[in-house]
Parts: sequence; C-alpha cells; structure tokens
Amino acid sequence: MALNYSCRTTEHQFARRSFLGGMLTGATAVVGGLGAFTAPQAYAKLNRDQKRIVVFNMHGGLSQLESWDPKPGTDTGGPTRAIATSVPGIHIADTMPHTAKQMHNLCLVRSVNTKNGDHGKGRYMMLTGRAQTPAADYPEIGAVAAKTLNPPQSSLPGHIRITPGGSGGRGNDSAYLGPKYASISLDGGKPPLNTTLPKAVTAAGDEQRNQFRQFANTGFLERRRTAMTDAFTYSYEQAEQLMKQRDIFDITKESEKDAARYGSHDFGRHCLLARRLLENNISFVQVSHSNYDTHNENFNFHLEQLEEFDSPFATFVGDLADRGMLESTLIVVLSEFGRTPRINDRYGRDHWGNAWSVALGGCGVTNGAAFGATNENGTKVVDGEIDHRHLFHTYLSAVGVDPTGTFDIGGRDMLKADPEGHAIKEILV
Amino acid sequence: MLDTPAGRDIKQAHVTHQWKHDRPLIECRIDPLGRYVFASAEDNLIQRWAFADEVKTPLVGHESWVFAIEHSSDGNWTVTAGGDGRLIWWETASTEPKPVRTIDAHLGWIRTLAVSPDGKTLASAGNDKIIRLWNIQDGTPLGELRSHERHVYCVRFHSTDSNILLSGDIMASLKQWDVSKQALTREFDCKLLHSYNTGQGVDFGGVRAIAVSPDGKHLAVGGLHKASNPLGSVHDPLDLMFDWESQKLLQSCVAENIRSVIWRQLFIDDTTLMAVSGGTSGGFLHFWSPTATKEVHQFKLPKLARDMDLHPDGIQVATTHSDSILRITKLAAKTS
Repeated sequence: MALNYSCRTTEHQFARRSFLGGMLTGATAVVGGLGAFTAPQAYAKLNRDQKRIVVFNMHGGLSQLESWDPKPGTDTGGPTRAIATSVPGIHIADTMPHTAKQMHNLCLVRSVNTKNGDHGKGRYMMLTGRAQTPAADYPEIGAVAAKTLNPPQSSLPGHIRITPGGSGGRGNDSAYLGPKYASISLDGGKPPLNTTLPKAVTAAGDEQRNQFRQFANTGFLERRRTAMTDAFTYSYEQAEQLMKQRDIFDITKESEKDAARYGSHDFGRHCLLARRLLENNISFVQVSHSNYDTHNENFNFHLEQLEEFDSPFATFVGDLADRGMLESTLIVVLSEFGRTPRINDRYGRDHWGNAWSVALGGCGVTNGAAFGATNENGTKVVDGEIDHRHLFHTYLSAVGVDPTGTFDIGGRDMLKADPEGHAIKEILV
Repeated sequence: MLDTPAGRDIKQAHVTHQWKHDRPLIECRIDPLGRYVFASAEDNLIQRWAFADEVKTPLVGHESWVFAIEHSSDGNWTVTAGGDGRLIWWETASTEPKPVRTIDAHLGWIRTLAVSPDGKTLASAGNDKIIRLWNIQDGTPLGELRSHERHVYCVRFHSTDSNILLSGDIMASLKQWDVSKQALTREFDCKLLHSYNTGQGVDFGGVRAIAVSPDGKHLAVGGLHKASNPLGSVHDPLDLMFDWESQKLLQSCVAENIRSVIWRQLFIDDTTLMAVSGGTSGGFLHFWSPTATKEVHQFKLPKLARDMDLHPDGIQVATTHSDSILRITKLAAKTS
C-alpha cells in the first residue's frame, strides 16, 4: 500500500479510536530527567519565543456572578460581594481575594454570549471554537496548540490534560490533526500511564526488544509504509522519550516550600504540576477543577470550590509573572457556560450561556483590563458581545498563530478557526 | 421541662396567615415577647411583621444577605448577621429601626448566631471558622473559640446551661465547648451528615441544625444524607438523636420519600422535636420523638421552606419560603 494520508484519512480514524490508550511500554530505562530545567534560571535559557497556553477548565459551569462579574445589591447578585483588585476600577467577587491581587496579570472578558446551556455542546464550543455538528469534528485548542506551538524537534507531547480522576491514556480531542496531537491525560496529577518498565523486564532486555522492533519496523516500512505504521512508530518513539523524561511529571521534585505554597489538596498540586510542565516547554496544559454545576446551594458550593481554586491559581499566576513566563504563556480560565442570574428556590443557579465571563492573562493580551460588559443585574450583554469563535481566534492570535490560516491535512486545507469569528482586537497587544 | 400549651395538636396544624414580601425569604425569628417576626430576604433587607396588625417594617443596614437573626432574652435587642461579616444591633420595637451598633465581626459570612439561656451571651460563627462570643447587651467581645477547620454552619447553646455551647461545620464535626474556660470538652460523631461526592468533587451536608431538649436529656443534630447528587439537590433529610450524657446515638430520624435538607429544628416539649425542611420535594414541618425513627407527624407546607421559629405561645410557627411569603402555621385545630 502506497503512502497516502489523504485517501483514507487514517490519522482521523486513529484519533477517533484513541488507539494510544496508554503509553506503550518497552522503551529503555528511565535515565536522568529534566528536573533541573524547572529552576527559574534554567528556564531563562529557554527560547522565549516558544509560546504556551494553559487552560483552567472550571468544569460544570462557573458562575460569573460569583467570580469575574459580581452584581452585589441587585436582584440577581445573591450574597456575593465585590472586592477591589490590584487594578483600580476592576472589581471581582469576594470569593477570590488572592486572585484579586493578580488582576494586573489578567484580562477579563465579561461579554460572552454562546447562546448555549448544554454541558456537552458548551464544552465542545469553548475548546474547539466551533459549534458541534454531526457533519464534522474539530480539534480542541490543546491539539491546535500542540501542532502550531510545539517545536518539531520536541521529544515531549505538546498537549497535556491534568484531571482530578479518570483512567489515564490519550484523549479523543485532536480530530483531523491526528493522534500525535491528542492529549495525554495525567489523571489525579500522576505521570502518564505505563512509563516505567515492568519489573520483569531488565534494561538490557528492553534494549534488545527495541532493537528487534526497530529492525522489524525498518523492513516492514520499506515495503508497506502507511500513516498507520508511521503513527505506531511515532508512538513508540514518544513513549521512549517520555520514559526517559518521566521526572517532568513528578512534582515531588519540586521544593517543599513550593509544595506548601500551592497547598496539599489536588488542585494545588495540579497547579504546581502545570507550572512544572510549562517550565519544561510543554506547549499546552489544561487543568480541570470540578465542580461548578450548582443547581443547588450555588453560593455554598462556589465558596468551597473557589476557596480551593483561589490561592493556588493566584500563586500560579504570580509565579509565572516572577519567572518571566507571562510574556510567553497565555492563561485562560473558561467553563462550558455561566450560570443563570436568576436564583432558584434551592439557592441554586442553573445553566446560562447568554451573558457570562472568561478570564485571560499573560502572553499577547492586555493585562489589567476588562473587556465588554453586562447590564446592571447581569441578564444581558450590553457591550462588546463575543462568543466561543471570537475567543478561539483570540487565543491563537495571542500566541502568535494566525487563526485565519489553514492546516494542510493530506493536501486539504482546513481552517484553524471558525471563519465566522475574529479575534477580539481590543484586548490583543 | 417545657409545658405543652393548651390546645396544641400538631396533627391539626394549618396555615393561618401568609404575609407577602417582594423577594424570596431566608431566615426568620420571633421576638421573645411574641410581638414580631423578623425575616431576611434576598435583597439584603430584614422585614419585621407585627403579629398585632401585620404591619411590615424594613430594617436597612446590611450589605449582603442576612443569614442569622437572634434576640436578647428581654426582647429589647434584635441582632442580625450575614454575608457582609457584620453584626448589627437594632431596637426590636423601634418605630423606625436603625442600626444601633455595627461590628465587623468576622472575615466572610456569618452564618449563625445563638443566645445563651441566661440571656447574657451571643455566639457568632461562619466562614472564618472562628466562634466569637459577645455581651449581647453592649457588644463587648468576650472571647473566641477555635478548633473548626472548615466553615461553621451552626452554633447553639445548651437549653439550660449557658456555659455549654455546641457548634457544627460542613464536615459534620460537632463540638461541645466550655464557654467560661473557652475550651473544647467533647465531640459528637455526626459523620452520617457529611458526604463527599468524588464525581462532583464536593463536600456536602454538614451540621445544619442543633437542638437540646428542654430537660437536657437529648441532643438533636439535623442535616441531610443520601446525597447521591449534591449539586442537583438529590438528598434526604436526616436528624440524629443522641443521649446527652452517654453521647450514644439513639435514633437516625428520617422522612421517607422526601428530598430536602433540615434547615432548623427545636424541641417543642421534652419529647417532640420539630424541624423544618426544604428542597426538591417542597417544604415540610417534621415531628420526631427520641424513641422512633419515623416521624410522629409530618405537615406539608404550601411551598419550599427555608427556616422556622416557634412563637412563645407554643402554638404558632413562622416559616420563610422561596415564594417570598412568610407563613404562620398554627399547631392546633381550626377555630370557627
């Protein structure tokens, strides 16, 4: 079979099948690691033109009224109060006092109208910048970032997701970009699955196995090379590199002082891991925080969840600023939608996509700013209305990627972002 | 010992009055002299309704929702607290109530207040995890109690001993304090009232209500259990009935086929606990005895309820509701 990526869209088929359920075992023993690269001094040596994106996914639907766009004293405001931030004139909810001190490193977008209140559709819209349709599947921002930002010579994956739980493995989120750009999930903040040698396999034995695999591959590829065989070869080689650099995913290599600053709970550890990954030039890291789907006791749950979020997130932003990483790292705090201004009879707020907020910060955006506005009680966008398409364009523009450009997928041009959208030029620098 | 008032019959309970506000109501308390019922609402205000003429008077002063209302035992002072972390003193019977004393008492929400049975001490607590003690007459701070590691949801004094304070938090940690020594003395095992949902990543439940029987023999701790979907309000009310001396759990009092949470409870006599619940199933008054798991009686309120208080006459019960109405229910047969 001739090499022909376009005729059978093999990469696409692979992505759908998530064939890399876990990293393949069988590579050489773990040696060394890149722990030394995590020091600020070492980071300074890295190429500052290398851009990165970190997304904090507030799973379930973060209430804009309890976070970025409080409306105290109105019929929709609830008991939440507004507090001053490090930027005069910008107030956020009193649930995030530490984040308020980092507002000069953040840029709020308070005029998001995605017209959607469905979890699945909202998640898809916010991570792909497109509406979900049966006719096509699009890559998530992490896959796009991995393809466009990861240096070609990089031996590390460019798309990492850190989640509270799960079974690990690779995601089905790269669509036509192929499995190479699909996420590797660090569930529970643990290193990728199967990145240590089984006890029964010695280093020497593993080396012999690899040599035999490469010998067999070479012979096979000379006659029957396809996208599938290339993907398998790539996955083995990436697995081997991952095993050699497993320390990158190990936050026990961080100082006790830093561990204490971020906190001992899962989200704190995950923020510290995100910092470590970004310092090691991973192009895209997504950290999930759960759960904000507060149809019941919205205020209690937001107090609890945001109390957990606030300090580690603010520490993370401050650390990136102190290390000069904000110049090359775009921070995004998003959700699948916001929550209703109306408070239901169980003190809850329901799904709401018509007037909510997203926070950006760092690379390529105007920090210390707030774009757009909702009306007095938050029921309607009154200035600067944008949606998921505009945000997706903005993310790419902020890290120097032309969102109007295309990917060459087997000879077919695929637009990087929805052509109906455009970047929010008012917040780009 | 609390005498049962003549004519009280919980099985004849019926709503007698519905007093309308224009925003959903939250907490309520009736003053010790039985003249007024005070109710907070989702507009940062407190409304005072007079039983005599049903006149409604607003109390303006808080900058967030009011989560707690208490009175001095002589009825002269009304103290309120809420999401602004402030304690505000009001003259209970003033024609135009104004804040008389305002204290920035806590960092974050004050969720709960309690007054000692001797009428001297006010306890406050909330999200800063500290319990603070105050002279209720003049607002002088009397001390603080620290041990809780999470938000404190409820404080209550023992029914007869002003030196005993009980406090409970979201993790269902229930602590007993020696007030004069400001020391922790005992803890009760109430973990049945707490749940952690791994899928949703949330702690839920906790100690929502505390009451000690008038004879001091029983402690009731209310909240919820079976929280299969905390964020979606799928959980059942639960009240734990303890023997005071031995701390033995006597009963897990349940209400079958009801999805709600216990918001408040009090003993209407030595052997009858009255609790109010609100949730997906609506609003209910539950009546339990220390010797039975199932309810002695249940009264369904017209709408979802959020708080409750008993009039000094022992017959009338005020309840706040999400439909902006304060309802008065009589625990007695209808009169023609």
